[in-house]
Amino acid sequence: MKIFLKLTFLFVIISSLISSRAIAAGEQQELLKVDWSFKSFFGKFDRASLQRGYQVYTEVCASCHSLKHLSYRNLAEKGGPEFTELEAKAIASNFEVTDGPNSDGEMFERPAKLSDKFVMPYANVQEAIAANGGAYPPDMSVLVKARSGGANYIYSVLMGYDEPPAGMELDDGVYYNKYMYGNKIKMASPLDDDIVEYSDGTKATVDQMAKDVTTFLQWTAEPHLEARHKLGFRVIIYLSVLTILVYFSMKKIWSRIETKV
Amino acid sequence: MSDHEYTPKSKVGKWFNDRLPLLTLANHLTDYPTPKNLNYWWTFGGILTFCLITQIITGIVLGMHYVAHADLAFQSVEHIMRDVNYGWLIRYVHANGASMFFLAVYIHIFRSLYYGSYKSPREVIWIIGMLIYFLMMATAFMGYVLPWGQMSFWGATVITNLFSAIPLVGESITNWLWGGYSVDNPTLTRFFSLHYLFPFLILGLVVLHIWALHVPGNNNPIGIDIKKPSKDTVPFHPYIVIKDAFALLIFLLIFAFFVFFSPNILGHADNYIEANPLVTPAHIVPEWYLLPFYAILRSVPDKLLGVIAMFAAIFVLVILPWLDTSKVRSTVFRPIYKQFYWFLVADVLILGYVGAMPAEGLYLLIARVATAYYFAHFLIILPFLGLKEKTTPLPLSITEPILGGSADMAMARNNSDFKEKL
Repeated sequence: MKIFLKLTFLFVIISSLISSRAIAAGEQQELLKVDWSFKSFFGKFDRASLQRGYQVYTEVCASCHSLKHLSYRNLAEKGGPEFTELEAKAIASNFEVTDGPNSDGEMFERPAKLSDKFVMPYANVQEAIAANGGAYPPDMSVLVKARSGGANYIYSVLMGYDEPPAGMELDDGVYYNKYMYGNKIKMASPLDDDIVEYSDGTKATVDQMAKDVTTFLQWTAEPHLEARHKLGFRVIIYLSVLTILVYFSMKKIWSRIETKV
Repeated sequence: MSDHEYTPKSKVGKWFNDRLPLLTLANHLTDYPTPKNLNYWWTFGGILTFCLITQIITGIVLGMHYVAHADLAFQSVEHIMRDVNYGWLIRYVHANGASMFFLAVYIHIFRSLYYGSYKSPREVIWIIGMLIYFLMMATAFMGYVLPWGQMSFWGATVITNLFSAIPLVGESITNWLWGGYSVDNPTLTRFFSLHYLFPFLILGLVVLHIWALHVPGNNNPIGIDIKKPSKDTVPFHPYIVIKDAFALLIFLLIFAFFVFFSPNILGHADNYIEANPLVTPAHIVPEWYLLPFYAILRSVPDKLLGVIAMFAAIFVLVILPWLDTSKVRSTVFRPIYKQFYWFLVADVLILGYVGAMPAEGLYLLIARVATAYYFAHFLIILPFLGLKEKTTPLPLSITEPILGGSADMAMARNNSDFKEKL
């Protein structure tokens, strides 16, 4: 049994090393913590929240932020917002994509299909920067995984707009945010109460929208999260049972000789 | 090698074995006499073999979908994570597998340090092991570059820049490594090629490592030479096989926990941002398993000397069998060395911690003291201690009681209880 204690000790040391890396990544204010439904062993997405989050993304974020790694078909896939295929097709057809060349050698515009990637708001990075006062609105596909603090960080930034503390000079187009690294952000507070109208009757408060869109972005970053949790649970059960069986086999085999194992 | 000759029972078996003695080899591996008092720290050899094979298999599958191009690498990794069937699983096993591999190799190395497994007649096993460790670090470093995230790019920039510290030819060597004037597409493609090659070199070295092990046989927790086969040994199969399997399963449970429930905790968030040569991350940190060496590198104010110190920190391990002058292998019988051993463990952990911190103020001071102590341990403490230390009496064999004790079975049993606690 002693060895397990030692292993636990080692485990603690290594986890503390890891967390020290997180600290090194930048001192910042303690993030707001939300009890997300997708955390924990059996964590799943709140389907309605994902659908609302998609709405917030399209109506608010999508004018500047791309989701270039996603396709419209993902919206109808299992473990995601799970729109019906018809709904996803209808969503896609709202966007125009350039296709071609056709038999005349011409490029042409057509409505997007399920197999198309999400349409980008800007043609290229330079255009995005020029249109946003010199700051590039990052692609949101893996944004949650690209920030230490993950979902809590995204939520905190959305909720963190405030008056700058006395004595802090802000340039034009720069805003104060309690949770952003360096506390300065070039994005104006994107959410206001009732900026979107939820079809399911949920009241569109800033807090509600921030939670919904963060849930949605967690899914875009980890589209297979539910499958991972489900398989993980089975793997752990399988390994545990096998470990117990092997343990007793080992005891039996070693009982032939006079040495403990 | 086992002493007895092996003859296959079947005619076909005999015919084949006379031409290629694979069956003799298989028989040697199953009968291989192993000390029966090996504790669980000895199971990490098998665990490491498992890790290597897992990395190779998952790596080969990832290689089928990954595109080694500066413009496409990040996207192809996302393609694996989203569109490839179970791609997320294969990639997370591979990424976390690297960390688990290093966790196991560090335990394996520190087990060797504790029980003196590097000492005569096992120096060659140890040196091959150190070569494997060195190749592992190179492989892991290049593997981390492949997703072409911010940490990939800037980590590659920092590490390859180290070579520019070499006088006169440094600049040329760095350009040669990059295949250009900065880390760019040619760097990525060659790193991919080498990242694919090195694991097979490691595999070859592992075969030599095990071959070299099977000449003198395993060391054991009390570190004495034993007769083989004898009542001190058990055949490798089934005794050691089942014990290794049990330990491997425990290890897999921890592995599975990381893969399925916190697959990104061991990585750095910045590596999910696509590489951008124009934006430097606030802190460039290597993966956790390289942090102690990173701390040594940064603790020396001069760049060239820092690089020399970092490589010396590994080289000092290679010559360890000749630095440790003690004839007694196991730390169990070396009361003073035992304390220094734990100081070294603490020292390496401290180096790892400060390696993750910014190199300034108190952290830098701690890093310098810890670096100095690291070298002092190997270059001063070990050579002197071996000559001066008064060791406690060694037992005659694993089953027999401590030298001068009675041959009474009850005592011998107590003795084995005592060893159980080692």
